[in-house]
Amino acid sequence: MSDETDIQGIPTPEGHSDIIETDYKIGQDNIETKIGPFGLDIHNPVFVISGMTVIAFVAYALVAPGHANGLFNGVDASAVEGCEPGAFCDLGMRSYLTSTFDWFFLSAANLFVLFSLFLIVSPWGGVRLGGTDARPDYSYAGWFAMLFAAGMGIGLMFFGVLEPAYYFGTPWGDEPLGAVRPFTEDGVLIQENVAEARRMALAATSYHWALHPWAIYAVVALALALFSYNKGLPLTIRSAFYPIFGDRVWGWTGHIIDTLAVFATLFGLATSLGFGAQQANAGLEYVYGIPNTTTVQVILITAITAVALVSVVRGLDGGVKVLSEINMSIALVLLLFVLFAAGAATILSEFVTGLGAYFKELIPLSTPFGREDDGYRQGWTAFYWAWWISWSPFVGMFIARVSRGRTVREFVTCVLVIPSIVCVFWMAVFGGAAINDIIANPEASAVKAQVIDSYNPPLSLFAMLESLPLAAITSTIGIVLVIVFFVTSSDSGSLVIDTITAGGKVDAPVPQRIFWCTFEGLVAIALLIGGGLGALQAMVISTGLPFTIILLIICYAILRGLMAEKRG
Amino acid sequence: MFKHIMMPVDLAHADKLDRAMTVAADQAKHYGAKVTYVGVTAATPGSVARTPEEYADKLAKLAAAQAELHGIDAGSHPVVSHDPAVDLDDKLIEARKELGADLVVMATHLPNMADMFLPGHGGELARHSQVSVFLVRPA
Repeated sequence: MSDETDIQGIPTPEGHSDIIETDYKIGQDNIETKIGPFGLDIHNPVFVISGMTVIAFVAYALVAPGHANGLFNGVDASAVEGCEPGAFCDLGMRSYLTSTFDWFFLSAANLFVLFSLFLIVSPWGGVRLGGTDARPDYSYAGWFAMLFAAGMGIGLMFFGVLEPAYYFGTPWGDEPLGAVRPFTEDGVLIQENVAEARRMALAATSYHWALHPWAIYAVVALALALFSYNKGLPLTIRSAFYPIFGDRVWGWTGHIIDTLAVFATLFGLATSLGFGAQQANAGLEYVYGIPNTTTVQVILITAITAVALVSVVRGLDGGVKVLSEINMSIALVLLLFVLFAAGAATILSEFVTGLGAYFKELIPLSTPFGREDDGYRQGWTAFYWAWWISWSPFVGMFIARVSRGRTVREFVTCVLVIPSIVCVFWMAVFGGAAINDIIANPEASAVKAQVIDSYNPPLSLFAMLESLPLAAITSTIGIVLVIVFFVTSSDSGSLVIDTITAGGKVDAPVPQRIFWCTFEGLVAIALLIGGGLGALQAMVISTGLPFTIILLIICYAILRGLMAEKRG
Repeated sequence: MFKHIMMPVDLAHADKLDRAMTVAADQAKHYGAKVTYVGVTAATPGSVARTPEEYADKLAKLAAAQAELHGIDAGSHPVVSHDPAVDLDDKLIEARKELGADLVVMATHLPNMADMFLPGHGGELARHSQVSVFLVRPA
């Protein structure tokens, strides 16, 4: 018997691929045990360290909320002796990181875009993930729905109206590249500035949602897919470091990398769950008058988690894929509705304008040095980049999981170019409709009231829908979509955390994914009740910085890995 | 009475399969039936194999070893699944139909509380298959 299950010996690849020889046996550090009647198969020590640290963090944020808030979001410098304005204690970890390392985040993100574009045109574009004879597991439609729903869905709901409207009319001095304002101090519309402000709002929004974030995801996803499908290493982040650290990645070096990935994913998901519950609740209050209270939000998180649980138990094909496709269909319906209700001709020309503006302003917007627009560059761009990067282990791993059989060129093109175009289109439709509403009648515009006059982000989407016909129906669809998008992030995230904490095994016992899915919900509820969501958000940004360095190293590892592969 | 026996095997826990494999081989000899060993794997590297092909190879070797040991006619049938922890039951039910097996022999655990929430694979197979299923419990 032992002969058949011994993994020594040269494995047979599917066609040609360059399997890395290592004595590491996947699952060798795992503990297989039972808790009551339920079996477990968990990585030692990643599972325990990740779980314990998250619990310790939640306890800290709940027991000492004042201290946590000061550390993460800053204190009032004038009230604290020895705290200079602009110092770490004044800014807090989040603002300190985005204002100090903005050049680093911007430069790194530019590099990821250039690297991805290079891969498309390079001779390594022909390398096939899974070996030269591998065939894709999923159709384009299913594949695209999953990578899109996991990677960005919810952000499009939250920021689709908010961001373009905000840049268009911001009275807080953080116009992108110091663009013109379309309003006077008294809030009177300046007609001749409208076209330019509108163009810049679309360009600046598209910049945050197109090539850069998807390049970040593409880098992580490609590294994971390459090192597991072609090199035979376990599906965890540490495997990408094999060309650099060799067998040391199976020791503490790898434990630290994987644990960081779990943090980033879990904190990112819990933050999203918290904010998602707030947005859904704000929508329910706006449309149906349901009270906006913590209790309602806890019920929402519980319901979202319950549906996500059903989805993870039904698995990748029966749950996650089905929900992602449903999600994309509803999103498409809403997109088409807004497109036609707000005037298809205007919006389509908006899309063309937006795309043109995006390319024209891409270089100025992504220049890391010598700029005056601190509010935009540090407050928005650096924040976004840190956010995308902290989400990248999760989204990247999920994309990798469903991308076997694609060539590198096909993979990067589909992960980078197509989602970018869809995002620019989405922003043009939702942002265009919102800006139309603002300029049509600034006095009566709900979008202007919620975004520019008072900053009320969760309501921005519903304010825009209100300006169109059938608002009651579309707002309800909007609320449903927000909730379903959270479910698709929550279920795919649970699968990813489960895989990392099981040492790269995708067939760990089902109770483990149930555990992580429930755990995410509980963390979100605990922090929502204890008021620690701000700290959590700062934590997401804080994991973004070390992960940027990890990503830069990964680019090098990908090149090393691709060089050894046979081109298709 | 039986012509084709399907035996699902979990290569990661091959040490726990001895009893069930003996039962399958004995039945095969008694009825002059063929045994097909079915294994389900993910496309990602796992503890048993680093590629689906390596997995197929190991399963084929297991079948060959059983054939030699017991003097029976044996084959193997590897199945690749996107999410084996969840899809296993469906994949086994499909494989049973595809192979046209008329008896399933498989190892299973003792029934416990957890079955109420996540039923064992043997039980699920027995419930959804149109053929006889022989569940071999540990001694």
